[in-house]
Amino acid sequence: MSEILLEVNNLKVEFDVRDGVVHAIDGVSFGIERGQTLGIIGESGCGKSMTAKAIMRMVPHPGKVVDGEILYHHRDKHGRSDEIEIINISKLDPDGSEIRAIRGGEIGMIFQEPMSSLTPVYTAGTLIGEALNLHRLIPQTVGTKMANEIMQFRHVTKEEAREIAIEMLHRVGLPKPEQRVDSYPHQLSGGQRQRVMIAIALSCRPAMLIADEPTTALDVSIEAQILDIMRDLQETEDMAIMFITHNLGVVAEMAKEIVVMYMGKQVEKASTVKIFHEPKHPYTRALLQSIPKVGKRSSARLASIKGMVPDPFNLPSGCVFHPRCPAYMPGKCDKIVPKWQEVEQDHWVRCLLYEDV
Amino acid sequence: MLSYILRRLGYAAIMLVLVSFVSFLIIELPPGDYLTKKLQDLQARGDRSAEMRIDEYRVRYGLDKPLMERYWIWISNFVKGDFGESFQFERPVTEILGNRIGFTVLMAVSVILVQWLIAIPVGVYSATHQYSIGDQIITTLSFIGLGMPGFLLALLVMFFAMVVLKQEVSGLFSQDFKDAPWTIAKFIDLLKHLWIPALVGSVTGIAGLVRIMRGNLLETLGQPFVEAARARGLKNSTVTWKHAVRVAINPLIIILGSETLPSVVAGNALVATVLNLPTVGPLYVSALQSQDMYLAGTVLIFIVFMTLIGNLLADLMLAALDPRIRLE
Amino acid sequence: MVENTKVEQEQISQAYLALVWWKFKKNKMAVIGGIIVVLFYLLCGVLAEFVSPYPLQYQSDYLEARPQRLVFKNTEGKFSLIPAVYGLEEHLDLVMRKRTYMVDETQIYPLALFPKAAEPYKLLGFIPLKRHLFGVNLKAAPGGYAFLFGTDSLGRDVLSRIIFGGRLSLLIGLLGQVGTLVLGSVMGAISGYYGGAVDIIVQRLTEFFGAFPDIPLFMALAAAIPIKWSPILVYFILTLILIFIRWGGLARQVRGLILSLREREYVLAAQSAGASDARLMFRHLLPGTLSHIIVIATLMIPGMILSETALSFLGLGLRPPLTSWGVLLQEVSTVRAIRFAPWLLIPLPFVVLAVLAFNMLGDGLRDAMDPYGGR
Repeated sequence: MSEILLEVNNLKVEFDVRDGVVHAIDGVSFGIERGQTLGIIGESGCGKSMTAKAIMRMVPHPGKVVDGEILYHHRDKHGRSDEIEIINISKLDPDGSEIRAIRGGEIGMIFQEPMSSLTPVYTAGTLIGEALNLHRLIPQTVGTKMANEIMQFRHVTKEEAREIAIEMLHRVGLPKPEQRVDSYPHQLSGGQRQRVMIAIALSCRPAMLIADEPTTALDVSIEAQILDIMRDLQETEDMAIMFITHNLGVVAEMAKEIVVMYMGKQVEKASTVKIFHEPKHPYTRALLQSIPKVGKRSSARLASIKGMVPDPFNLPSGCVFHPRCPAYMPGKCDKIVPKWQEVEQDHWVRCLLYEDV
Repeated sequence: MLSYILRRLGYAAIMLVLVSFVSFLIIELPPGDYLTKKLQDLQARGDRSAEMRIDEYRVRYGLDKPLMERYWIWISNFVKGDFGESFQFERPVTEILGNRIGFTVLMAVSVILVQWLIAIPVGVYSATHQYSIGDQIITTLSFIGLGMPGFLLALLVMFFAMVVLKQEVSGLFSQDFKDAPWTIAKFIDLLKHLWIPALVGSVTGIAGLVRIMRGNLLETLGQPFVEAARARGLKNSTVTWKHAVRVAINPLIIILGSETLPSVVAGNALVATVLNLPTVGPLYVSALQSQDMYLAGTVLIFIVFMTLIGNLLADLMLAALDPRIRLE
Repeated sequence: MVENTKVEQEQISQAYLALVWWKFKKNKMAVIGGIIVVLFYLLCGVLAEFVSPYPLQYQSDYLEARPQRLVFKNTEGKFSLIPAVYGLEEHLDLVMRKRTYMVDETQIYPLALFPKAAEPYKLLGFIPLKRHLFGVNLKAAPGGYAFLFGTDSLGRDVLSRIIFGGRLSLLIGLLGQVGTLVLGSVMGAISGYYGGAVDIIVQRLTEFFGAFPDIPLFMALAAAIPIKWSPILVYFILTLILIFIRWGGLARQVRGLILSLREREYVLAAQSAGASDARLMFRHLLPGTLSHIIVIATLMIPGMILSETALSFLGLGLRPPLTSWGVLLQEVSTVRAIRFAPWLLIPLPFVVLAVLAFNMLGDGLRDAMDPYGGR
């Protein structure tokens, strides 16, 4: 059963600042299916976090979505109706009630900095309760069995919120959740805080979770635990995950499909297997060669990508990757902008090597 | 938590003892005391019994004893509630201060209320609307406010009222009510007069608080937990007030205790002197000018006491508000 | 090795200074503030005798005369681009029982740039000069006078007194700040560098003085200065008191900076190369905190100036015959003065302007010192 949950079509985000216009996202398109994981990888500053912010309708000032659409296929999670309503997120009022119902309620998000992503003056329980109060409704049966079809919903009470909070903390694997629910962020370790973040995000049963480099700031052993928890919860909750990272190892473990981004543009999109075994774009290949592999001869040097990330105000002409590209074709790559095209079934790439020019 | 309070209390007590001694030293510092001056005055007027009376005073206040002993007499009387006698007014210090402490506290409370009620919302607006026209106006005004200490503003207000409006603005009461017993009408008269000194005394503080609030909040708004709170579906206003302001306001509480409280008691001495208010400040100034040592010393201790209490209150409030401090 | 890091450090600091300067220049408020500060120190501090139209001791026969208006007429009453003032005519107000002055439109005294002074004088006490920056053209109108900001109760020119008052007020700010800077940074540096018992003693000391509220303590100490002492001595004692009260705050900040710098690589490198404590502190550590200290100092000067003004205003600070802005304002501290001679309040905008300019400069410097942080 593959049912589309979120479609991003030709999304463009620009920052109009005094020194010029930065194209933070330049024509990105992808889709996420219910219950599946999409990985987005790229160097820092390539626009992967901005894509997540655009989906949450939280592009910071003075950035603007100038083109494209983000379509969210909304299905009532309390089962009040089976209809699927398509919402164009990029058209919503950024502080309106519709987008606020989606934020947290439909799409949860966890961040890179577990140390400072929790408001320091509130306990874990308070923060979970706050989210529950906004998004979680409790079904209430009214009258007899005959009237059972008329379901009513009410907000959670304080006691229920606490119970749910403890249960959520238990599910993310926090020891002694009955005590931890009253802990302040500074009393928790980095891994524990990220677990609380996940508990907050999942407490409202979102259909999708955006994880923006959730394990970058954590130790490797903690990282593995957090990834395990995310995978377990994804299965039980039937939740889609958009996993943003620069770590290829992590994304290989998590995602079924991968989007590779470079300087605000999507350069390749394919299933994880294909990306790792038949990478098409020179940038993807370079990224893969920069991972050390166990068993390889130690004399083999790790490849690094030559050159520097270009200045966002003066992007190179033609293909933005051409100054650093090992397969650079003079006269072509610096003149012609490559198109986004499907070179094989479900394998998209943006490179002149696969175009007849 | 309890040990924290006890530790702070103990610290304040030690400070108070040290401070009282230093205050005493400072007050004793001027060569030649009030009595010597008074003696000369009386002799000049041909008062023959002067010397005897002054000597009587000397013995009574132990002025003929060595320094440490004088301090001991003074401080032990102080603890018993006997603050000595004002040479200038020839009445007990307790009596003179008693009349004024009520108004001093009233002024202090009004100034703090005015400061916080204005500064916090304005600072929050300024930070949440960074670089907007409103923010620029607020920033400019707060800048001018910082360069405009209360007593200069009080002078300007006096000038404006007298030369432009042809009105008196000094004092806290109209002529009719000055010595009248307390009635509703007198209270209303007080409120009518109170707002000008309260506002004048607040301006510098408001300007400072607005700038600190704006800076803190801007820094806080840039932190990940604010974005995380928004990503949970909270309204922007809820994110600002319940999360960002709640965290950004903590440093202001320290300022409330360590700067605002003592400055409204003491710093506004200048404003009160210009506007002729019946508070402790002008009393302190005149006591210092005429070397009225018991009065000046008592007021100095009173002010330092307020400072220590302010610091203590701020510490406790901060502990109550900020779990990071409370639970350490 | 050490030399290398040192050279690198210098290169970095040069690039950093260029960046700071570039960012500072972009901030218009700060540049304006800086220019005003420089002008104040130049015109009042250095050139007061030249800039003011009358010498400090000059007393005219016109007591509490209101400011004379500028008119554009020559001595014959015809229009002229060179401004002039009308003469004053004494007049007794019988209702107020007070001497006032009426404008005498028949007397016209044209002003001039660089007019000859009534008497030759010495700039800063040793450079003999014969002309002022501006004043009445005594050649065209012998016996003329011009009091653009009026006169005080002794007939002294308010404008000239503001300029001379600025000299003392601005100087006390600067002197006090330099003293605070030296004492504060040395104590802070020692405390931060050595740590241990020295640190604890300095810390407790600053904490103790911190417990005293500034202004009341300042007032009490100032009141203890014997009245009989000479004005110059009072001036210096007052400056010392200011330093004494203010050094603690600076010491605390310097200590924090030193603590954070102590662990940097270049300091460790110098230490491992056997640099002495003093060399380490004054060659490596203090220069690293210099930029911050300058900013803190700039932002503290207005407080110094205002403290002096406030104290003198209350009659506890500088006393006549010294002339400072506070002394000038003291003359207008009575209701009578505000009502009958409101022009005596004119020093007030000058105080506010000076303080504002310092704040603008200091704020701009602080922003510029942090070139990577957007405000």
